[in-house]
Amino acid sequence: MNISSDPWVWVSALFTIAIFSFLWRDNPFYKIAEHIFVGVANGWAVTFYWHNVLVPTLFDPLFRQGQLLFTIPFVIGMLYLTRFMPRVSWLVRIPIGISMGYYVGASIPAVSQALIIKQIQGTLLSPHNFQAWHAGSMGIVWSIILLIGVLCTLSYFYFSKEHKGILGTTSRIGIVFVMIGFGAAFGYTVMARISLLIGRIQYLLGPWLGIVD
Amino acid sequence: MAFVIMAAFFAIAPPTAVHAFDIPDDGGGAIRIEWRLSEADSQLTRYEIYRSDNGTDYEKIGIMGRGRNLFDDETEDGKQYYYKVVAVFDTLKSFSDPSSPAMSSAQWLNRKKINIIIAVITFGGLILFFIQHARHGKSLFVRRIAGLQAIDDAVGRATEMGKPILYCPGIGYIEDIATIASLSILGEVAKKCGQYDTKLINPHCDPIVYTVAREIVKESYTDVGRPDAFDPDSVYYVTDSQFAYAAAVDGIMLRERPATNFLVGWFRAESLILAETGASTGAIQIAGTDQVSQLPFFVTACDYTLIGEELYAASAYISREPLLLGAIKGEDWGKVIIGAILIAGSLIGLLTVFPILNLFE
Repeated sequence: MNISSDPWVWVSALFTIAIFSFLWRDNPFYKIAEHIFVGVANGWAVTFYWHNVLVPTLFDPLFRQGQLLFTIPFVIGMLYLTRFMPRVSWLVRIPIGISMGYYVGASIPAVSQALIIKQIQGTLLSPHNFQAWHAGSMGIVWSIILLIGVLCTLSYFYFSKEHKGILGTTSRIGIVFVMIGFGAAFGYTVMARISLLIGRIQYLLGPWLGIVD
Repeated sequence: MAFVIMAAFFAIAPPTAVHAFDIPDDGGGAIRIEWRLSEADSQLTRYEIYRSDNGTDYEKIGIMGRGRNLFDDETEDGKQYYYKVVAVFDTLKSFSDPSSPAMSSAQWLNRKKINIIIAVITFGGLILFFIQHARHGKSLFVRRIAGLQAIDDAVGRATEMGKPILYCPGIGYIEDIATIASLSILGEVAKKCGQYDTKLINPHCDPIVYTVAREIVKESYTDVGRPDAFDPDSVYYVTDSQFAYAAAVDGIMLRERPATNFLVGWFRAESLILAETGASTGAIQIAGTDQVSQLPFFVTACDYTLIGEELYAASAYISREPLLLGAIKGEDWGKVIIGAILIAGSLIGLLTVFPILNLFE
């Protein structure tokens, strides 16, 4: 056993234990860790946005290099602060509207490409997709199952009719496919979380307590 | 000595047919240079690419490995450039003839994405059509969604128990569709809280979402005639750090003991932490997100879960706003079209595998 003499390792280890103590119940150690975590995160965010966003991308070009075009984003950004002035607080809707409009508009081509076009391409029964399974002659079977799953899942998310009759049957099949997908995702993610836990325990037993290498 | 002999042997044949052209279907600012590989390609050290804006003074702008015959150069639009490609063998260099001048420019239309334009126009057109339909007062049916029926019960339970309601919109930004849908549901939940005088707790991870949510909650209280009941401290910003936010909301769940937790919006890895903590306090939990990777945790740990698009439909169902109802209707027809494309495309695909058409020859 070779306990660390590095004070930062001790800080890290004690905060880790304080956060883990939440598994027992809410307690003063968890409260301290929680409040410091939130405070440090906010302090870090302020300095990060100041040094990495505001200064290099706005203040430097505008005030040091005199690029007057940057006055536009500067004024739009400043409108966020009008929320603190009740008489003109409605002006805050302008930057919110601009950022929402821009990001939603910009995401439409990417979302259409990734979530519609590519998905359709991958679901079609075609020789290319049969081979993509790398399952020989079984590729066609898997492709058919996938197609049925996609069609039934689409029917589950059809909101314009009650799920009765044929639509009721297909939507029930669809939700089965959805749940199978969730089960696989759940197992996969739990494995990833366990590996994170192992990482923290290794940190406590290794760099802190020196029990393991 | 050996290098010199080898260089002489191969004569370091220069690259030929250097061709520079504006990259098609891009936003400008780039020229592509292609060349035919040197005959001594397999022996070369590398290729070097030189550029000139007057045809005489060339400067090196990049290198490529042997076997490579393509290079994209960042350029200034509207300016002519000349290029040479150099075959390099150790210290020996062999220059190609200069390329013809090339000039970069931006294109209005990316022809490789015409299918996306068609998809956007089709789905957008459907949505606009149904929005107009709804605005003209035509009723648009949207089926019942299980999780929504529970909202009234959940608010009622909190009122009876004299406990607050926690509404967590996740860690998304204002441009995330799930966050927008969540804010719409928040408005309705806030109205019920105003009506029943139930305390609402609404912690936020993003300052802009917080700003919008505050206005929405305030407006909801005013709509139900209870502007006095709005507590400005009930909607607040915590931090934009994902796990610090999760730690803080966990603390709220344990200390305030809400009777109902709404976890509706855009979530990532904190979803399970929040849902499990909420479940351990015995609160009714209604969750909803479009993040497929987080839905399994909500399905496992919450009483009701709005899965994916149910979240969008929920906001339309609750608010009955023509804009949202029209969008849901348009999306439904979009699904019908996608289904039809899948079936028709698959039939055609199968015919190519099993040549049934041959039977009719």
